[in-house]
Amino acid sequence: MLTGSGAILRTLEHLGITDVFGLPGGAIMPFYDELMASTAIRHILVRHEQGAGHAAEGYASSSGRVGVAIATSGPGATNLVTAIADAHMDSVPLLAITGQVFSTVMGTDAFQEVDIVGITMPITKHSFLIKDPADVPATLAAAYHIATTGRPGPVLVDITKDAQQNTAPYIWPPKIDLPGYRPVTKAHGKQILAAAQLLAEAKRPILYVGGGVIRAEAHEELLALAEKVGAPVVTTLMARGAFPDSHPQHLGMPGMHGTVPAVLGIQESDLLVSLGARFDDRVTGKVADFAPGAKVVHVDIDPAEISKIRVADVPIVGDAKDVIADLTTAFADLMGAAKPDLSEWWARLDFLREQYPLGYDLPTDGLLSPQQVIERIGQLSGPEAVYAAGVGQHQMWAAQFIKYERPNAWLNSGGAGTMGYGVPAAMGAKVANPDRVVWAIDGDGCFQMTNQELATCTINDIPIKVAIINNSSLGMVRQWQTLFYDGRHSFTDLNTGHLGDGGQTRMIPDFVKMADAYGALGIRVTKPEEVDAAITLALETNDRPVVIDFIVSRDAMVWPMVPQGVGNSSVQYARDHAPEWEQE
Amino acid sequence: MSHVLSLLVEDKPGLLTRVAGLFARRGFNIESLAVGTTEIEGLSRITVVVDVEDLPLEQVTKQLNKLINVIKIVELDPAQSVTREHMLIKVRTDASTRSQILEAVDLFRAHVVDVSPDALVIEVTGDSGKVQALLRVLEPYGIKEIARSGLLAIGRGSKSITERVFKN
Repeated sequence: MLTGSGAILRTLEHLGITDVFGLPGGAIMPFYDELMASTAIRHILVRHEQGAGHAAEGYASSSGRVGVAIATSGPGATNLVTAIADAHMDSVPLLAITGQVFSTVMGTDAFQEVDIVGITMPITKHSFLIKDPADVPATLAAAYHIATTGRPGPVLVDITKDAQQNTAPYIWPPKIDLPGYRPVTKAHGKQILAAAQLLAEAKRPILYVGGGVIRAEAHEELLALAEKVGAPVVTTLMARGAFPDSHPQHLGMPGMHGTVPAVLGIQESDLLVSLGARFDDRVTGKVADFAPGAKVVHVDIDPAEISKIRVADVPIVGDAKDVIADLTTAFADLMGAAKPDLSEWWARLDFLREQYPLGYDLPTDGLLSPQQVIERIGQLSGPEAVYAAGVGQHQMWAAQFIKYERPNAWLNSGGAGTMGYGVPAAMGAKVANPDRVVWAIDGDGCFQMTNQELATCTINDIPIKVAIINNSSLGMVRQWQTLFYDGRHSFTDLNTGHLGDGGQTRMIPDFVKMADAYGALGIRVTKPEEVDAAITLALETNDRPVVIDFIVSRDAMVWPMVPQGVGNSSVQYARDHAPEWEQE
Repeated sequence: MSHVLSLLVEDKPGLLTRVAGLFARRGFNIESLAVGTTEIEGLSRITVVVDVEDLPLEQVTKQLNKLINVIKIVELDPAQSVTREHMLIKVRTDASTRSQILEAVDLFRAHVVDVSPDALVIEVTGDSGKVQALLRVLEPYGIKEIARSGLLAIGRGSKSITERVFKN
């Protein structure tokens, strides 16, 4: 016999969980009383439950293991909501465990009661409510199974306080009964053959790689397929690192801020092989004008993604790892040692690469170039480091100017676009990868949303490095205001860095003093010649977190850019500078 | 275009919220919904009529299939299935109209289930067309209130969806 809370702990241990992030409160106290005695599970006490959620996400995304976040009922649980939604959009295996009020008072508007199962229904893969301690092992095991298999995602388990206190027999392994859950992993042979046939015939094929390839750990299979076919590869924001940036077949990132060769390559392709990608609107632009001449092979483990946005000519439901391997075999069977002749296609793409490489202009206002700072962080830290970004301009620059050579090195909030993801996600990644350098590439806006977790980092010896790309404004919104709202900068000045729009110098808060207050090393960099030394000092400092406040120009903009609502052929290389469109 | 979907689901708390919420969230319009237990304990059947084009219908079924508690979804072909609606109609009546109304009730093989001096409650079962036709006939007399069930549907012949599911 075990109490329900004892059963929770025992089950988590049986599931192989070694790290959890959380914050206790009334309705989860029985479990926390058990957790205190655990030697197998490290609990990291966060300062806000959203931090626990994103930390669990960063932990999961950087390691491939499930991330666990724990909160109490009511506001504790609702504080997890943003992170759960984020995990849902980006298919992150997240287990959220929340305390619930006594089952006897549920439905009476009891103190700290919210219907968190109801609130999170649209943003979880599934959710459970446990009222009986006997249900704990099977339910938690089912939740773990659902979160980690098929298309991964967040699962919430809400457990009433009486279910934690009461006792029941503990049975392990439990019987998991999920008759409605059978993810397809092995694809249909006929469809694979059809896809291989299209690949063999295509004159202008392109492999459109999404985050599913990373979640499926299919990067090696992808490399083999790409090299076998000789086709160009693009990696979406969620897939940066799925294919090495240094590989000659890599055209970079597609989409709103993608490279010109990636964006136009897709537009001009005759075959789009989508691998674990979901035709997000930030990739397609105006859907009707997206890759207008391409046939589509769409590989996804989630059948609902196939033909959701763009009708697939060859739909393939299956796990990317298996499907890509099977596709390579089928292609080899068709072609033997021969390769399709893609020389004309490559001539066109190489022309675009030469004409429109990724780049940036140095600012003229005497402040740092944000792109250059981010590029130097990547160069000095190398591909073995982990980079977690917030959301906005700095996120796009970190996707563009850091070179990724391996999966799980790039963490960001792609689908939900959650400002404040960076610091806690980096914290979670550092817990999962204590031997790796972990950077949070953050903005001054994002940093102010979740920086309380620096306290967690300092106290728990989680020495992350934070680079604040401080342009003293909500930079991406400001960029859109500059481009699309006649330069009317409505409420985007944050007064954290340099001359505000009013002309006075303000620095509220002072991020260096703040770092100091949190027990972190704070460094401010204002001159280009100080950049490398600051990064090097950060890389050498491992006894506490480091925060570098890079005072960058606010006039820097993210380019290339496809304005919202138009076709991707309207990509602008720089402001008012459209690339030369194929003359035909 | 209307499609009839038959969902075999686990009878779990919140199941109906999950299904209804999914329709609302994805912007699919529910025309009718009927829920009840099945011959197997712990399983329920939801019969739902949706008004969507073919491609969105594929999205509806795929999204529904992603709900963990949904075991099987079948679209019932009108030619290969039997559909029934059940309606209770309270119609205004007096001595001069009662016999005409009773005649209509007979013609439609409906029943009178409650009688009062100035109203009748009529029970009718049939496919949507029949139920609608009776409603039109009764309308001139003054309909005070109606209560109607969602559409129920089942495939013709000996095959059953539950059998197919549990054979594998």
